[in-house]
Amino acid sequence: MTTSNYATERETTEGKVFTVTGGDWDQVVSGTDPINDERIVVNMGPQHPSTHGVLRLILELEGETVREARSVVGYLHTGIEKNLEYRNWVQGSTFVTRMDYLSPIFNETAYALAVEKLLGVTDEVTERATTIRVLMMELNRISSHLVWLATTGMELGAINMMLYGFREREYILDIFETITGLRMNHAYVRPGGVAQDVPDDAIRKIRDFLTLMPKKLKEYENLLSGQPIWIERTTNVAVLDVTACLALGVTGPVLRSAGLAWDLRKTMPYCGYETYEFDVPTHTDGDVWGRYLVRLAEIRESLKLVEQALDRLKPGPVMVSDKKIAWPAQLAIGVDGMGNSLEHVAKIMGQSMESLIHHFKLVTEGFRVPPGQVYVGIESPRGELGVHAVSDGGTRPYRVHYREPSFVNLQALPAMAEGGLIADVIAGGASLDPVMGGCDR
Amino acid sequence: MTSPNDRNDDGGVPVPTTPAGASSTAPAEYPPAAPAGRGMFGNQGTGDVSGYGGLVRQRKPIEEATRPYGSYFDEVRDALEEAYPQFGDAIEKVVVDRGELTLHVRPERIAEVCQVMRDDLSLRFELCSSVSGVDYLGADERRLHVVYQLTSMTYRRTVRLEAAVSAEDPHLPSVTAVYPTADWQEREAYDMFGIVFDGHPNLTRILMPDDWEGHPQRKDYPLGGVPVEYKGAEIPPPDRRRSYQ
Repeated sequence: MTTSNYATERETTEGKVFTVTGGDWDQVVSGTDPINDERIVVNMGPQHPSTHGVLRLILELEGETVREARSVVGYLHTGIEKNLEYRNWVQGSTFVTRMDYLSPIFNETAYALAVEKLLGVTDEVTERATTIRVLMMELNRISSHLVWLATTGMELGAINMMLYGFREREYILDIFETITGLRMNHAYVRPGGVAQDVPDDAIRKIRDFLTLMPKKLKEYENLLSGQPIWIERTTNVAVLDVTACLALGVTGPVLRSAGLAWDLRKTMPYCGYETYEFDVPTHTDGDVWGRYLVRLAEIRESLKLVEQALDRLKPGPVMVSDKKIAWPAQLAIGVDGMGNSLEHVAKIMGQSMESLIHHFKLVTEGFRVPPGQVYVGIESPRGELGVHAVSDGGTRPYRVHYREPSFVNLQALPAMAEGGLIADVIAGGASLDPVMGGCDR
Repeated sequence: MTSPNDRNDDGGVPVPTTPAGASSTAPAEYPPAAPAGRGMFGNQGTGDVSGYGGLVRQRKPIEEATRPYGSYFDEVRDALEEAYPQFGDAIEKVVVDRGELTLHVRPERIAEVCQVMRDDLSLRFELCSSVSGVDYLGADERRLHVVYQLTSMTYRRTVRLEAAVSAEDPHLPSVTAVYPTADWQEREAYDMFGIVFDGHPNLTRILMPDDWEGHPQRKDYPLGGVPVEYKGAEIPPPDRRRSYQ
């Protein structure tokens, strides 16, 4: 056996070049028609930088064209819904905030609204608490859309956008930290109101942010809106019209980019959204470009809403007055972090035995919720976020189901991707803005 | 003296039993409504009643609403009755609670009702917002309930459809032909509750691994926790731990 059976060699200016031949490879190669026969199955994910977390896509490709696409979810399933059934109603806030980690305030608010509806105290939630909720939700919407811009920019080759998006999001997380004590997973919006009042420091920070953000938005537009690569990668890509959206249950910016101005804040208002002045941005093309424009415009509308909410913020209680529901303690920052305020500790430990008993009962057992079921839907950055909560009259939820927009919207991915190019799967998937923590719960 | 473990099975009516080792007159335990809502503690028989509220849980049966329902609910019912001749056969109960309308539908009719709800011009529930399961273990013979939230974008209305099946025969037609969005949500209900949607194109597990056994969100599904050892003492798994409730 000589090497020439396998590789002939020749000298070039670059050095020796071997041409590999031999064996039965000629037959193997001639047996296939590379143009027509070759359908390969590509497994994209679950660990892939452009699948937004642990989403797995199975793509059947013909050349660069996607013939079939199937998405597999569940890799981030954490059993939050089941866990909720073994904690009291207030503790639920700390669980649900971890579902969709980019929009924790929405998860909490939807949950709180559902519990309040079950309790029948919806009208007793104070105006200040509701205004704070709106304020926090709209800030959260901006931060969520910024992450969308950042990650989508990165996936389509605009790395700068990733840096800018996360940079500006940091301002909002800083505001959240000032108000709630945490950057994420706040458990701030609680059944009955919010956990603690907004400090003055945060108001100043929000005002600063309101002057800063419009300039930054212009920067993003300068960077992306006229850029040929961005336009080519997004225009007429992953088109989904209104019919398809409705059939597949897709809501939020994707539905609005197809032309239907369906926004629960306008159509089925909650938290007093009907009293605020804002527009519902739409687009008609139903493509990734349209979704980009809609989300940018929504950031502007959210800024308007934040400003209005700030102006409305009048002093007052942030929890319902019903002592059977309201968390007994005011929280305050102490030397060892967030906790019961010193006045409250002094009261229950030194002055009032009844207060101590009351505190103990409410914290360990929690309040009872009359039996029944409710469904509450709110407009999260990704679409309709619904909570179906069932109570059996006890101190713990009997069942809580989250209608997660990420979960429902992801069903549309095959409809967007099939027949298109593999590169457009990335653009289409990103335009749905799925968050797997929410999808898998 | 009766042991606190003795339960009076007289139709689930809570009857106080003599507490073991407790000097108060508070009953040691009431019959549990459901394992998940088990009254006092997991460790039974020690007579430790600290932290026990002694409050009786009141279970009101779900009451059928009487006319007029108020709001748009009467219109929805009338429109469905007119558009769907088998209304009397298909709708078991109409419940209005907390400003929400629930139509309890016979499970085998659910797909037909959804079709009418979507297509009739005076109903037009275009969007199926949510499909979820609830396990009413012990409260209902047909314990597995499937709950559909329908939204009419035209009239800005919502309505809830509820279909109940038994755990022994958990079959009902899939609504995916009417609402394709129910696809994954029905898969989730199958995964978590073992409800079988006949006619679903691909009814497989979606959140749990494919080879998982059992349906985790059923109320009789064991939590399967392991005891935690801490400084020589053993702390039981969460479902058998003492807890205030």
